Amino acid sequence: METVESTTHGAIISGAFSPPSLGVWRHRHVLDLDDFSKDEVGLVFEIADAMSEVLSREVKQVPTLRGKTIVTMFYEASTRTRASFELAAKSLSAGTISLDAAKSSVSKGESLVDNLRTIQALGADVIVMRHPQSGAPYLATQYLDTAVINAGDGWHAHPSQALLDIYTVRRHLDDLSKLRIAIIGDIMHSRVARSNIWGMNIMGATVVLCGPPTLMPRGLNEFIERCQLSSVVVEPKLESALEGADVIMLLRLQLERQQSGLLPSIREYIQRYQLTERRLSLAKPYALVMHPGPVNEGIEVSPEIAHGAQSVIEEQVSNGVAIRMALLYLVAGGKSR
Amino acid sequence: MAEKGLMSDQDMERALVRIAHEILERNKGAQNLVLVGMQTRGVPLASRLATTIKQLEGIAVPVGSLDISLYRDDLSSLNLKPVVQRTEVPTDVTAKHIILVDDVFYTGRSIRAAMDAIMDLGRPKTIQLAVLVDRGHRELPIRADYVGKNIPTATDEEVKVYVREVDGEDKVTIFSPNKGGPSDGDC
Repeated sequence: METVESTTHGAIISGAFSPPSLGVWRHRHVLDLDDFSKDEVGLVFEIADAMSEVLSREVKQVPTLRGKTIVTMFYEASTRTRASFELAAKSLSAGTISLDAAKSSVSKGESLVDNLRTIQALGADVIVMRHPQSGAPYLATQYLDTAVINAGDGWHAHPSQALLDIYTVRRHLDDLSKLRIAIIGDIMHSRVARSNIWGMNIMGATVVLCGPPTLMPRGLNEFIERCQLSSVVVEPKLESALEGADVIMLLRLQLERQQSGLLPSIREYIQRYQLTERRLSLAKPYALVMHPGPVNEGIEVSPEIAHGAQSVIEEQVSNGVAIRMALLYLVAGGKSR
Repeated sequence: MAEKGLMSDQDMERALVRIAHEILERNKGAQNLVLVGMQTRGVPLASRLATTIKQLEGIAVPVGSLDISLYRDDLSSLNLKPVVQRTEVPTDVTAKHIILVDDVFYTGRSIRAAMDAIMDLGRPKTIQLAVLVDRGHRELPIRADYVGKNIPTATDEEVKVYVREVDGEDKVTIFSPNKGGPSDGDC
């Protein structure tokens, strides 16, 4: 106990004067944003601000998680999310192991749970996991003591992406509760959209969902009603969805969907849903254009806009590292259980 | 817990003015100085030292803030991890005289962390330490260059510095546990 410095200790004891405390943080795992409080999101952002400062230095590394091991297990292809988590782990001086499930013993028939137990037995402190099946990370937490961060599960959730999206918005526009955020595209297959709906709802923003009817999730209105997401609106008409938007979040059109018959043709999608200059002008003049990547330029968005003044797409990528550093800091520190 | 006053606002003011003089004397002026306050209460103390130095020498010394959470040696044993606050040093630290400013000097562990943090920002000419209160009980071979007040304490006591920028008033107090009292922990 004597290793706690008096300054911090004093602040904890007198409570009232201390800066926002980590006491608001209640998560052992980060699986989705549906069970996050506004204070917890705020805490992640506050720590991400400090991490951004580290990333702006010449030597982008701090010793915080020295001796911890972070394993990224990806059962589905990913480049940026994985690179982002690994960079985050390295910037905090954690050891990293990345396992490509396609090349691991999964291909020899080992089950997911056994696979994860092996990783835990090797001494992982955090497992960052992506899996094509919704809910896989939840299953993992039932069998593991290790902290789990969901890096994308099926169509279900991608919490670190949603946090970095909201963080990026907050860096440009102050009061999230006054914002109108249009999410455009393939809502049905998008875990990014789902986690953003929860996250934006927690922050009090109005979320407008718009996309081709075949790519909207079934039972969406019932879902909104059941979960009392009063600030979430479904708007079938693109022009109405864009009208007055502060943020336009485009989703990637997964081109393989065309084969499944959900999309008549890419050309029709371009004609009806591509973000063009004319459509962008319907939104607020300062509206931010976002995309979780990878961008199909010329499909979801015209190249001019993707690289234009209102685009924050690249900034999303760099903010992603800071957000993931904050998440790793929050789940990886502390006593091993 | 019984709280007892150790320094008044005037005591604090006098101590800081004296420290400002000592800093100027030791460094032969205010050239190449950078004041770096440690979060949270070291930051306003560093600004006040800078204000005094400005009055004395007419030179505006850069003031930065430093958060040491990412450099602590006890992160893995704390159940509640500290919130990481802003680190902002407005100038290159290389070849400068860095004056670290903290409110209470105790085990020396946070100063160790602060030195590591500063070194990650560059290669200063010197790092010096100014503290408002030195309460003893060092666990590392670290000493302060400028001390506002030495206060002998027991390890179960708490020294608390209040600064008006954060707490609305200036004072230093000590909390001593009531021996055998029931109030332990409910502060």
